[in-house]
Amino acid sequence: MRGAAWTFGDDVNTDEIIPARYLNTIDPGELAAHCMEDADPEFAGKVGAGDVIVAGANFGCGSSREHAPIAIKAAGVSCVIAKSFARIFYRNAINIGLPILTCPEVVDETQTGDELEVDLADGKIYNRTRGGEYAVPPFPSQMREIIDAGGLMNFVKKSLS
Amino acid sequence: MGMTITEKILAAHAGKDVVRPDEFVYANVDMALGNDITAPLAIRVLEETGVNQVFDKDRIALVPDHSTPNKDIKAAELCKQMRNFARRHELTHYWEVGRVGIEHVLLPEQGVVVPGDVVIGADSHTCTYGALGAFSTGVGSTDLAAVMATGQVWLRVPDQLKFVFSGKAGPWVGGKDLILYTIGQIGVDGALYKSMEFDGEAIRALGMDDRFAMCNMAIEAGGKNGIIAPDDITREYEEGRAEREPTYLQSDPDAEYEQVFEWDASTIEPQVAMPSLPSNSHPVSECAGIQLDQVVIGSCTNGRMADLRIAADLLAGRKVAPDVRLIILPGTQAIYKQAIDEGLVDVFIDAGGVFSTPTCGPCLGGHMGVLAEGERALATTNRNFVGRMGHPNSEVYLSGPAVAAASAVAGEIIHPDDLA
Repeated sequence: MRGAAWTFGDDVNTDEIIPARYLNTIDPGELAAHCMEDADPEFAGKVGAGDVIVAGANFGCGSSREHAPIAIKAAGVSCVIAKSFARIFYRNAINIGLPILTCPEVVDETQTGDELEVDLADGKIYNRTRGGEYAVPPFPSQMREIIDAGGLMNFVKKSLS
Repeated sequence: MGMTITEKILAAHAGKDVVRPDEFVYANVDMALGNDITAPLAIRVLEETGVNQVFDKDRIALVPDHSTPNKDIKAAELCKQMRNFARRHELTHYWEVGRVGIEHVLLPEQGVVVPGDVVIGADSHTCTYGALGAFSTGVGSTDLAAVMATGQVWLRVPDQLKFVFSGKAGPWVGGKDLILYTIGQIGVDGALYKSMEFDGEAIRALGMDDRFAMCNMAIEAGGKNGIIAPDDITREYEEGRAEREPTYLQSDPDAEYEQVFEWDASTIEPQVAMPSLPSNSHPVSECAGIQLDQVVIGSCTNGRMADLRIAADLLAGRKVAPDVRLIILPGTQAIYKQAIDEGLVDVFIDAGGVFSTPTCGPCLGGHMGVLAEGERALATTNRNFVGRMGHPNSEVYLSGPAVAAASAVAGEIIHPDDLA
């Protein structure tokens, strides 16, 4: 996956990612139209398919709303890279199949507009604008099983059958 | 080496003698919870997966509390989806408007969650039930769907943090002040993925309502769960209330904590968290004089009887400042009725405040008190993020009920001791 980077600071919360005034719908397209609205009101109009959100520590803190990773995924974002993720957002992203990577070095060395390439299978991130190459530690095996199954419900379906 | 209460509960629900931090477990869930924002998504996930049954109709609680009474047509449709699901699966724990309350106030009140439980809720403030000595944590809708299907959840056993509050807290210092102080000390990710156990003389002196307020905001420090080991106050609360047999557990004296924080509660002033993070907490005296447009007293953090009584004590015989809108929201219908019986509602109305039926409403900028551009609120709620209560250019300050009620009268943030 390859796309432009959009950088954000620390503690981006779920109210900024998808404000509660839009939580009267569960339609991914409607949610995507307001993605990141209270952090950057123009984001949904600017972001292109495959682009990457690059953020500081504690990304996705706040509420449990799965509408947040859904809005990001439906807006075309291919991957979120952060210094760290809030616990519930982390689970939600894995569960719905939104790729997330924890890599502080990338965050420190990336600016908005940089061209990033992410190789999930090899655990590598490349900054094609600045020539950076970064290795990402693999997920714990239990989480890998959920990711490999294509999300939590596919994993659960296997265990139910 | 012993275990903490959190480790003991997780071990018992994972069929193990011992669990340690970092270990992955599949835990049996005693109660799964969803609300009118998260449950419709979970229901859709279940239907898309082709799962047509739930693991136990008595172990799923669906609570329409966020946008109810229905605030608009779209919200009404979501509530309808949840209601239809509850009927189709004959869920025991579904409450209609008129009987429903704010989920994290309602479930303990009705004895639906009990000490020793594992509770998994699609709402971040599910951590509230730790006040009973239960393990409870928030998840998203897909996790809820998986629990509704299987009755199990995967969890990483969290690292253990302990917070010991020695001494006696001052007269206006409650659970909310102690948790705002804690978050101010360690930051909004200071307990990320970790368990927060509260103990010490000042915690033991807190009633259940204040303990709920503390554990409620563990998530605001990034915590996986907040927990207070049960004591006589817990046992008394459960009497005639618990719908299942409680299990009262304690942390072992030789349990291992990654870190132990020790603070003297007698030195802690009432706290105010300034915009736009709950960690931006300060002694109220440092915030004095900040002008207010609205004061909200309620929510899953501070919508209980103890909170309403403190507010009424300060509002009795006084008037809300002319430029301030005071909105008071009880957590449940039982609290609503008791507030009427105790004469608190007369006090609120005579002071010039609104007393509404239970709803999450303005806490998340949903309805019943949304802020316009440039407006500022002081609220007993749990989050002061940008745009949380309305317009992105509005501001939310957080406090306990004493500071909120006193400030509603003053028209600006004020220490309750300074109220004329």
